[in-house]
Amino acid sequence: MSVDRSDIEQVAELARLRIEDNSVDELVSKITSILGMIDQMQATNTDDIEPLANPLEASQRLRADVVSEADQREALQANAPATEAGLFLVPKVID
Amino acid sequence: MHNLSVSAISRALAAGDFSSVEITQYLLDRIREEDTAYNSFISLAGDSALEQAAEADLRRSKQSDVPALCGVPFAHKDIFCTENLRTTCGSRMLENFVPPYSATMVEQMRAAGMVLLGKTNMDEFAMGASNETSYFGAVRNPWDTACVPGGSSGGSAAAVAARLVPGASGTDTGGSIRQPASLCGVSGLKPTYGRVSRYGMIAFASSLDQAGPMARSAEDLARLLELMAGFDPKDSTSIDAPVPDYAASLNDSIAGIRLGVPKEYFADGLHAGTAACVEEAIKTFESLGAKVSEVSLQHSRLAVPVYYVVAPAEASTNLSRYDGVRYGYRCADPKDLHDMYTRSRSEGFGEEVKRRILVGTYALSAGYYDAYYRKAQKVRRLIKQDFVENFANVDAIIGPTNPSPTFPLGEKTDDPVAMYMEDIYTIPANLAGLPALSVPAGLVDGKPVGVQLIGNYLEEARLLNLAHQFQLATDWHQLNPLTGGEQ
Amino acid sequence: MSWETVIGLEVHVQLATQSKIFSGASTQFGAEPNTQACAIDLAMPGTLPVFNEAALRMAVMFGLAVDAEIGMESVFDRKNYFYPDLPKGYQISQMDYPIVGRGSVEIALADRTTKTIGITRAHLEEDAGKSLHEDFHGFSGIDLNRAGTPLLEIVSEPEIRSAEEAVAYLKYLHALVRYLDISDGDMSQGSMRCDVNISLRQTGASEFGTRTEIKNVNSFRFVEKAIEVEVERQRDILEDGGIIVQETRLYDADKNETRPMRSKEVANDYRYFPEPDLLPIRIDEAYLTAIRDQLPELPKEKLQRFIEQYALGDYDARLLAAERETAAYFEQVVADCGDAKASANWVIGELSARLNREDLEIANSRVSAAQLARLLQRLADQTLSSKTAKTLFDVLWENGGQDVELVDQLIDEHGFKQVSDSGAIEAMVDTVIADNPQQVENYRSAPPEKRKKMLGFFVGQVMKASQGKANPGQVNQLLNEKL
Repeated sequence: MSVDRSDIEQVAELARLRIEDNSVDELVSKITSILGMIDQMQATNTDDIEPLANPLEASQRLRADVVSEADQREALQANAPATEAGLFLVPKVID
Repeated sequence: MHNLSVSAISRALAAGDFSSVEITQYLLDRIREEDTAYNSFISLAGDSALEQAAEADLRRSKQSDVPALCGVPFAHKDIFCTENLRTTCGSRMLENFVPPYSATMVEQMRAAGMVLLGKTNMDEFAMGASNETSYFGAVRNPWDTACVPGGSSGGSAAAVAARLVPGASGTDTGGSIRQPASLCGVSGLKPTYGRVSRYGMIAFASSLDQAGPMARSAEDLARLLELMAGFDPKDSTSIDAPVPDYAASLNDSIAGIRLGVPKEYFADGLHAGTAACVEEAIKTFESLGAKVSEVSLQHSRLAVPVYYVVAPAEASTNLSRYDGVRYGYRCADPKDLHDMYTRSRSEGFGEEVKRRILVGTYALSAGYYDAYYRKAQKVRRLIKQDFVENFANVDAIIGPTNPSPTFPLGEKTDDPVAMYMEDIYTIPANLAGLPALSVPAGLVDGKPVGVQLIGNYLEEARLLNLAHQFQLATDWHQLNPLTGGEQ
Repeated sequence: MSWETVIGLEVHVQLATQSKIFSGASTQFGAEPNTQACAIDLAMPGTLPVFNEAALRMAVMFGLAVDAEIGMESVFDRKNYFYPDLPKGYQISQMDYPIVGRGSVEIALADRTTKTIGITRAHLEEDAGKSLHEDFHGFSGIDLNRAGTPLLEIVSEPEIRSAEEAVAYLKYLHALVRYLDISDGDMSQGSMRCDVNISLRQTGASEFGTRTEIKNVNSFRFVEKAIEVEVERQRDILEDGGIIVQETRLYDADKNETRPMRSKEVANDYRYFPEPDLLPIRIDEAYLTAIRDQLPELPKEKLQRFIEQYALGDYDARLLAAERETAAYFEQVVADCGDAKASANWVIGELSARLNREDLEIANSRVSAAQLARLLQRLADQTLSSKTAKTLFDVLWENGGQDVELVDQLIDEHGFKQVSDSGAIEAMVDTVIADNPQQVENYRSAPPEKRKKMLGFFVGQVMKASQGKANPGQVNQLLNEKL
């Protein structure tokens, strides 16, 4: 499968990435070659094969419903770009 | 002193030949002087390392039964969160990130008294096979500083090879421990998926990521793995199985062990020199009593395509949390929310990371999911089944770690697909979740190459036993890049 | 042209666990911002989710209570989108393999009919944080305390046809989660939230029309009003020959109108895929049996029992069994007074009317079940007349004390005691006969079949004279004799 400029721009928007105009063509060609390599798998017959999401196919373990985490706001917010009154600040959110 | 292995330092500390503070100070000084040539460290622990060393010395003086590796210096790949020590994951995004917590594995090694010297360089978010994608600059191979050390755990591999540390942690999502170990002439083990906790290890591809040790001998790997492995209730994918004493079985005889040689691993693309070294290694195993037979991993040729769907897909969403809200890089003067997301992420991530996010997002997007992600997970099962069937007949699989010896910096940076082929022999074990290791198996034009052993689930002890017996019979692991390949 | 309304509800219920669905942080409501958001809730690098057993148990309880198929292997998926209240950039949810599959509930309507509403599925997911919009010099504040609170999203089939049915369905779910004790259902605190999907189609059409989704309608009343105004809006458009735009809208209670949401509208591609940090949840029959054994009596079971045990009509039994608290109150009254019929009448009649008037929950009733039972006993032993009983109920309500003995105290204090002293009643009867010679004459000359009606006048006069306290049976008897 090949991709074009608009595919890349659409995917970039979903991923919240900006692509500079002068690098779109190069990116399209690199991603096209990656997808070309990936497409080698398409010829393999996988009818009746279940997808393998986890190599060990184990089952989820359950955690007891216990409060184990104390308030660590100060330590956890030490890395935050902007906080005020215990809140993380971001440019205005519009509903 | 810098040539001493993990095991040798442990013995010397026990014998009182030197203190942990002495060797820690020595290695810190050595890193400060020598690492300018390799750039294998991103951050040094400095004073806190010396404090940990002093603590370890005190513990040795007061306690009779200290853990064997108490006081032995060590380095962590900069993908593991270390409390109060900057953790960058090789990215501008986390350039100033200082975690208020440590990875479970880091805590386990700390509890055993190991001394953290610093954090090693890596490909950004572990995405790369040459260590050239690090925001903190490329790492250079101690065997030839014009060449790459491999990646993504290239900093750990180079630091161990250059005798800056006796051992270091790595992570292996598609070969990121084994391939740099091969290119730098050191030993590296990727355990069974889930054997070492992923908690506090910054995620690249959740269903593939696995941490493991890198050192200069299989014996050291055994001692380190014993500390790293174990069940962690904080990681849902962690295996709840006891951790064996890996060192105890190192000296078992390997006579009669059945080794399978996958014919697909010796097809086009394998460097003749590398092939010769691996064939020589196989002969050595035969001489030690192993029974060698040819096997087929017929779907392994699809491992790279499958991996470059699964890993970028998982990565694309694992990396969504880097949004400039709670930690990490935020662009200057965002004009609105969308601008903050887009610019923070575009400026904070490097080119390879962005490329993989795009590929992964594409593979998961509406209309492509079935053809890419779902298809890849189906082929992944076929790849796993090949191994399961073969392990009914053989005890381990042997082959090259990667296609060729190290290559010059910049050689493959413009051709991502060529770079991706570096992991053609390592990726199958990740997709299947199997343990695998690489140990040095020779030199090609003065550059090291490794041989890979892949084992059945949770059979790390068998792999370490094989590797140790091989290292008793060969000297490749003792070659020293600093002395032109002499021991 | 006549239109049929088609409604489907997506109800989010916060499960009443102590800790979050994937972390050990507290779920308590109302804490200081971000003091209950741990490293996992903040999606700090390297952190991982581990699933809370109580969230699973509660989801399965719900599934069993609505006769649903339970997902013996259910899978968490990532739903990917960027929003500041979503720390990981994805919500852990369930897509293809939800914990609860197809089920149904039966709702009661005002016209005394019932209707079965299908439940498509119910799945587990994590709640998001909150964006606070008060202006921090041009910025919004993000509080992630709520992030990671377990949610059960219950999706109905598009089988609801009116605002009344929607509210009845919602009230049923509300009562059910409280019965099961898996949520407090408090809509004012967001413990239960509702998204309403609405479309119109011409009566008799088989295809659905284009729908709109009204997000986050957070009270029964608003659900009713939002549906009414949205139906009206869509009908106006359709009747003018316009088309409905598929979109997400918000209900503005102040203006009583719906309006399109400004954000989250960019055609989202959520890129669902199995969450690789969590493994499939596998449960077995033994697990289901254990939970089934621990289930409390459900509304429908209680309904059946009320009909059989207390010989109640279906409608009364349904009203009494609908809410766990109402049922418990009723059963206590019956236990204390022994008269199920009277208990039912009073709980459904006098008590419910009073609670409704004052907008109170039965748990906050100012007349306790024990008091009501005592009141009914006094009615049965003829200490009270039905009239004084009602007055006493009002007095008890105003008094507000919960003591049972208060009932008899107030009867004495207010002189509610029915006069059964035949001498006193006889005197009053005699007076009434003496004071109304014309009526007496008329009565005596009337044919017997007409007399019965005419007796009512004399009874009324005697009761009036006794201020309602005379025993009506005795009054009747004496009047019959003397006339």
